[in-house]
Amino acid sequence: MTRSIIPFGPQHPVLPEPLHLKLALEDETVVEAVPALGYVHRGLEGLATRRDYSQMVYVVERVCGICSCIHAMCYCNCIEKLMSIEVPRRAQFLRVIWSELHRAHSHLLWLGLFADSFGFESLFMALWRVRERVMDINEATAGNRVIVSTNIIGGVRRDLSREQMNSILKDIAIMEKELKNLYDTMMNDYSVKKRTVGKGVLSKEQAHALGAAGPTLRGSGWAQDARQLAYEAFDELNFAPVVETDGDCYSRTKVRFREVFQSFDLVRQAIGKIPEGELAAKVKGNPEGEITFRVEQPRGELFYYVRCDGSNFPERVRIRTPTFANIPPLLAILPGAQLADVPVITLTIDPCISCTER
Amino acid sequence: MSNFEATSISLDEIRSTAREMYDGGWRLVTQTAVDRGDKRFELLYHYDKDLVEKHFRVSFTQGTIVPSISDIYFAALLVENENRDLFGLEYDGLVLDFNRSFYLEEAGDPMTAPFCKISTFTKPKVEV
Amino acid sequence: MKFDLKKWIRTGSLKSPWVLHFDCGSCNGCDIETLACLTPVHDVERFGIINVGNPKHADVLLVSGTVNHRNKVVLKNLYDQMAHPKAVIALGACGLNGGIFHDAYNVVGGVDKVIPVDVYVPGCPPKPEAIIDAVVVALGKLKGMLENEDAPGAGEKQADAERDKAANA
Repeated sequence: MTRSIIPFGPQHPVLPEPLHLKLALEDETVVEAVPALGYVHRGLEGLATRRDYSQMVYVVERVCGICSCIHAMCYCNCIEKLMSIEVPRRAQFLRVIWSELHRAHSHLLWLGLFADSFGFESLFMALWRVRERVMDINEATAGNRVIVSTNIIGGVRRDLSREQMNSILKDIAIMEKELKNLYDTMMNDYSVKKRTVGKGVLSKEQAHALGAAGPTLRGSGWAQDARQLAYEAFDELNFAPVVETDGDCYSRTKVRFREVFQSFDLVRQAIGKIPEGELAAKVKGNPEGEITFRVEQPRGELFYYVRCDGSNFPERVRIRTPTFANIPPLLAILPGAQLADVPVITLTIDPCISCTER
Repeated sequence: MSNFEATSISLDEIRSTAREMYDGGWRLVTQTAVDRGDKRFELLYHYDKDLVEKHFRVSFTQGTIVPSISDIYFAALLVENENRDLFGLEYDGLVLDFNRSFYLEEAGDPMTAPFCKISTFTKPKVEV
Repeated sequence: MKFDLKKWIRTGSLKSPWVLHFDCGSCNGCDIETLACLTPVHDVERFGIINVGNPKHADVLLVSGTVNHRNKVVLKNLYDQMAHPKAVIALGACGLNGGIFHDAYNVVGGVDKVIPVDVYVPGCPPKPEAIIDAVVVALGKLKGMLENEDAPGAGEKQADAERDKAANA
């Protein structure tokens, strides 16, 4: 049979970002997928040598706008560990609140785009309507809808008043009620199941061997979540990783939807347990040494390696983002899929190209 | 201070270590290349199993050919191509070689890789 | 009354501008705000603004993010495929001049280094209200281009002149 090569992307209606896949097809079936990256590569890690370690916080926030708060949190943790800074307990809880709100809005964003990818536009609209409430919380508490920029080295920049926390709780209750209906709609819908069940199956062994991370790993039956490392205030909060066992597109969707509820629950717990206290510790001197740190991003495990030599500028900041880890599994599950399913399968790893290429 | 610990291994041990880790059920997190200046490079291999990390460090000089582990860990494919682009490292046995055009448009020689401290890299002039 | 096709197209592209969105090395912040414009809270479709995937259908090109050496070709291609008259909007600090990444090694700079830009929207990222406002400002420019269009080839000439100016700058 003759092979044909179909380019997928970089400008594709389904993808908000320029990901390019070269798909080798036999008839309508994909036999090989080769990624072509570099459309968003800016050279961000290279900026580490030109921005001092406290300015780098703003740069890493812009690795990815959707999970900016979590990038900054991971980087700040690295520097704080290197300088042996004791972050105030209240600041740790505030970081958890903002990062979990980011996870909720990122998952809702993805669920909407995913619904759009198989043409379920009314579901896209409904999910994004709910998401706007999270954006409103961000704007009310931090002043910006997307890049909240609340993390600084040593703590946080802004505080939440009791009234703000109460209004967050009220909003969360409304969103949970609305999402409960949408969950039943999305997960039991005939057309959604038709497009997702049994599509793009990633087996348990494959997921681990290919180094998958986050919901892609948990959708294949591994209960691994970097939040189990109990960074920040997660040691005081109760949660268990969301796991589904089928490894197909449906499982991954279910993991993400259930994680939205989990995030709301964590925000509620954090607001219930937050102590009074300082917002940021004093920072003196320059960091020295090397360290790795991992946090859980909406898309999976985020890994930072920071090396400092005692000068103002970090020597090396290495960022391993979850999508970077999830592209090899994607290349493994695409062969055998129908061309029409490629956008759906590609989206289920939640590709964030600006993260991948930095 | 940090509690970061990396076991130093030699170039020949990269593949045998990777094989050992793979058989032991470890997951490759990533590799990190660091330019230590003076034509010396360090390559760190980060592995993970049940949220426990293990690190290996390899030091070598510029121009050394590093054995690829992308046939053991397919996940190493992207990061090894990235290191080729950004640090000008040479790998032996890459399963998919982008030939220094993974991220960067104009494939240059290793001396112009953007992360090398001794590089002569300048921004190419924009031509439209 | 005689049916005037040209007039019909003119009112069409002013009353219902179709927007092509291209992510050109942005951090996603501006992209998700652009998408948020389409959703129920901001809902630009009530103004007839529709996000399309095909450059040949589009009147306005929304570009977010910095230009790098690989995607400048894609950006140029998309711009060239759009029919005259067309307006370009650069979104966010990165689209204006490279923003926080201006001195990174793979960054060319703002969108105007490659194609002529009509409207600049500052912010990191700009709010959806600002993006909607930018499209409205771009429509004013489109109107001006349409009014000058009666002279043969005026639209193309004007655009070529602008492009040369941008390339020489």
